Amino acid sequence: MAVTLPPFQSLLDAHARDLHRFLVAAAGSHDGDDLFQETVISALRSYPGLRHADNLRGWLFTIAHRKIIDQARARVRQAVPAADPPEVSHLDVDVLVDAELWDAMRRLPPKQRSAVVQRYVLDRPYAEIAAVIGSSEDAARQNVRAGLQRLRQEVAP
Amino acid sequence: MNAMDPTNPMNEVRDRSDHQGPGEADVHDLSERLRQPDTADVAALVDAALRRADAEGLVDVGWVVEDTPIGPLTLAATSAGVVRIGFGHEEPMLDELASEVSPRVVHLPGRLDEVRRELEEYFAGRRRSFDVPVDRRLSRGYRRTVLEALSREVPYGQTVSYKELAERTGNPKASRAVGSAMATNPIPIVVPCHRVLRSGGALGGYGGGLDTKVWLLRHEGALLG
Repeated sequence: MAVTLPPFQSLLDAHARDLHRFLVAAAGSHDGDDLFQETVISALRSYPGLRHADNLRGWLFTIAHRKIIDQARARVRQAVPAADPPEVSHLDVDVLVDAELWDAMRRLPPKQRSAVVQRYVLDRPYAEIAAVIGSSEDAARQNVRAGLQRLRQEVAP
Repeated sequence: MNAMDPTNPMNEVRDRSDHQGPGEADVHDLSERLRQPDTADVAALVDAALRRADAEGLVDVGWVVEDTPIGPLTLAATSAGVVRIGFGHEEPMLDELASEVSPRVVHLPGRLDEVRRELEEYFAGRRRSFDVPVDRRLSRGYRRTVLEALSREVPYGQTVSYKELAERTGNPKASRAVGSAMATNPIPIVVPCHRVLRSGGALGGYGGGLDTKVWLLRHEGALLG
């Protein structure tokens, strides 16, 4: 059965701001901007092939979550052979004033990062977080809990 | 083990009563700190991403809304040319393009630069015909034949009747079909269906409203007073 997809622009109108917030919180404002653009382009590339239009927001954030994972892997690969370690975190203080917190965020494993940001930056329910990180609802809850706990240990109250 | 169980020693971070999330006083502080506003110019980032996507051939339909003396027009183009012009801010038009051309429909002003410039010149009285490429994929069969004949044969400042236009396509009895071709013209103004009137000079209809039709004909000097 042919699926009726809305104009891609309507997804951007509805979700671009949250998508950007998600990526900047999880990856820093510099990398977040890049990942945001890459997410939009990847989404546009695969959009016509979607077989249903049930949860387009979730679909977009899943793409964004994978970008965060890819970036974390690339960073690990990059960090090993480099004589001069590349600047890991590029913080734009205008956007993210609480550098200590966001640096600690960037040290979390990507799944925990996505989960904590979805829960506490975007106020999303666990069912949705589970869909985005591709896990059960229990695992989503576990990732939020573990991520938050680690943030508390690393960040001065 | 139940995460909600307060006797669970693993459960250092207990669920908030109003939410299902972990929460104690310092977690509340932390969650406040996490709630910083995003002050970035997201619209500019979206524009930049869409320009890159366009360079990679990923935008099937780009659109923009342009203010003109006859009110706002929504202009849409494929990579082949102008595919649709709608009167007003036409959300239904974008839905239609998504289902009939491709769902990759995005706001892409750069794609419409040429038609915007030509329309501006037309409305300023400095242009009498349009050179911008058009994509006629939304018209088929006889309707398309008629619209092509109209573009070719009825220049600025002239009018023609439905019947005459039917004759010019070699199909003199088809004036009703000509009427429906005009009524469904996807690219009004650039494809000048406003120049088609009833026999005897009555205005007939117009998708943008009769006032707009009169405005355009007066502007071209085809209608006096």
